[in-house]
Amino acid sequence: MFFIADFNVIKPDFGLLFWTSVIFLIFFFLMRKFAFGPIGDALEKREGSIRDALDEAKAARNEMEQMNSENERLLAEAREERSLMLKEAKETRERLVSEAKEDAKKEANKIMDSAKQEIEAQKQSAMLELKNQVGTMAIEIAEKVVRQTLKGDSASESLVNGLVKDIKLN
Amino acid sequence: MRHLVLSLVFSCFALVAFAQHDHSGHDHSDHAGHNHADHAGHDHAAHADGGHDDHHGHGGHGEKACGHYTHHEFNAGDNAIHHISDANVYSIGPFNIPLPVILYVPNEGGFKMFSSTQFDHASGHHGTGVRAHERFVIDGGQVKHVTDSSFPNENVAISGIVHIKKDGKEEAFVCYNEKLYPTEVKSTADAGIFGGGITGYYDFSLTKNVVSMFIVCLILFLLFTSAAKAYKTREGKAPTGLQNLLEVMVTFIRDEVAVPFLGHNASKFLPFLLTLFFFILGLNLWGQVPFFGGSNVTGNIGVTAVLAIITFFAVNFNGNKHYWEHLFAAPGTPWFVKIILVPVEIMGMFIKPITLMLRLFANITAGHMVILIFVSFVFIFGNSGESVPGAAGGAVAATLLSLFMMSIELIVAFVQAFVFTILTASYLGQATEEAHH
Repeated sequence: MFFIADFNVIKPDFGLLFWTSVIFLIFFFLMRKFAFGPIGDALEKREGSIRDALDEAKAARNEMEQMNSENERLLAEAREERSLMLKEAKETRERLVSEAKEDAKKEANKIMDSAKQEIEAQKQSAMLELKNQVGTMAIEIAEKVVRQTLKGDSASESLVNGLVKDIKLN
Repeated sequence: MRHLVLSLVFSCFALVAFAQHDHSGHDHSDHAGHNHADHAGHDHAAHADGGHDDHHGHGGHGEKACGHYTHHEFNAGDNAIHHISDANVYSIGPFNIPLPVILYVPNEGGFKMFSSTQFDHASGHHGTGVRAHERFVIDGGQVKHVTDSSFPNENVAISGIVHIKKDGKEEAFVCYNEKLYPTEVKSTADAGIFGGGITGYYDFSLTKNVVSMFIVCLILFLLFTSAAKAYKTREGKAPTGLQNLLEVMVTFIRDEVAVPFLGHNASKFLPFLLTLFFFILGLNLWGQVPFFGGSNVTGNIGVTAVLAIITFFAVNFNGNKHYWEHLFAAPGTPWFVKIILVPVEIMGMFIKPITLMLRLFANITAGHMVILIFVSFVFIFGNSGESVPGAAGGAVAATLLSLFMMSIELIVAFVQAFVFTILTASYLGQATEEAHH
C-alpha cells in the first residue's frame, strides 16, 4: 500500500550535472580571483605584520632589559667608586692631619729651641750688662766711700786696687 | 508559557502555509468536484471542456476514457519526494515562477527552448500543467515527454495527467482527446542502477536547483567581494561586521582544514576548499529557508556527483610521484599483500569521491524528507481534511517536531559542508604529500 513515487533525486540528471559543473567552475574561478585570493593575501599580510610587530615588541623588551641591567651595573660601579673615593679621602685627610700635627710639633720644638737659645743669650747679655752696671755702681759707691775715708794715702789706694781685682763677673 | 503560545502561532502558520501549498487529497472530500489534475482521474474532464476552471463539476465525456482510475489517498512519502525533487518551476507559496525549459530531443530535431508558462502550470496544481507543448507536459514540476508520435506537436490543452501503478512502478499518462498517452521521463546518468537511464530526451532546463545555485553563488560572490574590498579600504585595521564574520570561517577552514592536511601546499588549495565549503554551506542553508521553495540542491545526487567528480580530478591531477607509486606499487609490502592491496587502493581512489557524493546527498535529502513527513502529520492526523481537531493536533506535533528537526538540520548544514571540505583536504593531502620513508 505504501508506495514510493519516482525517487528521482538519486538519479543524476544530465542537465543538472551540466549546469552544476558550469556554475561551480565559474564560481570557483571568480571567487579565487576576486574574493578568496585577495582575502587570503590580505590575511597573510596582516598576520605577517602582526608577527613582525610582536617580534619587534619582544626585541624592544629584550633591549630594555639589557639597558636596565647595564644601568644597574653602572650604578653599582658608581656606588663602589664613590665608597672607594670616600675611603681614600678619609685616608688622605687622616694622613694630612697627622702630617700637619707632626710638622707643627717640629716647628714648635724648633721655635722652643730657638727661644731657649735667645733667652740664654739674652740672659748672658743681661748678666753682663748687670755686672758692668753693678761694677760701675760699686765703683761709684766705693769712690764715694773712699773719698770720705781715704784722703790720698797709699794704703787706701792699694786696698782699692786689691778690691777691684777681686771683682769677678759672675 | 510564552514558548507554548509561540509554537501555537507557528502551528497555525505551518498549517495555513502548507494547506496553500499542498492539496494532495483533502480537497476532494472538502469540496466535491474540486478538480485535481495531478492525482485524480475522475475529474479531469473539467480541463477538457472547461479550460482551467478548478471548480468545475464532475461529468463530461472525459470520464469515460480517463475517469475510471480512482485517486489515491494522501501519501506522505510521495508528498515528500515531490518536494525534494528538482522541478521546472519554482514555487514559493502560491506563486509559480516560470523557468526556461531547454530540452534536447535527438529524435525530434535537437534542442527545444521555451518557457515553462507554455504548460500553464499556474492554472494547474502542484506544478502540474494543463497544456502540452511540442509533446511535452509538466507533471508535478517534472517535464515529461509524450512518446506517442500521434500526439499533436503543438501547444494543446490536455485533460489531465493520470498516474497508474504498474508492477510497483508509477507511470504518468496524459489524458488528451479521451485517450491516454504514455509518457517517458528525462534521461538520467545512473545507467539504470536506480531505475533511470537514457530515454528519448535530455533536460537541460534552468530548473529550480539551477536557479537556486545561481542565486546562492551570486549572494556568496557579492558577500565575499565586498569583504575583500573591506580588506583594501580598511587595510591595517581590525575587521568588523561582515568582514569579521566571513573571516572567522575563512580562517577556520584555513587553520583547521587546509594547513593540517596540506602543510605548505595549503595556500595553493585554499581557494578551492573555501569555494567547496561555502558552495555547499550556502546551498544547504538556502534549502532550509522555510516558505522559500525549500530547494533540495545539495540533496540531489547530480549536484553532489559533480562536486565529487571535481574533487576526484583535483586530487588525481595534483597527485605526485609518491602518490601514484603508493597506489600502484604499494612499496614495502610483500608480493602476496600487493595482490590484494593494489586493487583495493585503486578501488579506493573511486570509492572516496563516491562516499563524498553519497554522504552529502543522503544527509541533506534525509533531513528534508523528515521535515516534510513531519509536516505531513497535519494531513495524516487530520485524515486528509476530514478531521479538523486531528489536523490541529497534527499541526502542533508537526510544528514542534519540525522546529526540532530544523535546528538539527542547521547543524547538519554546517557539519556536512565541513566534512566534505575536510575529507577533500585530506585526499588532496595524501596526493601531494612528499615521500618520507
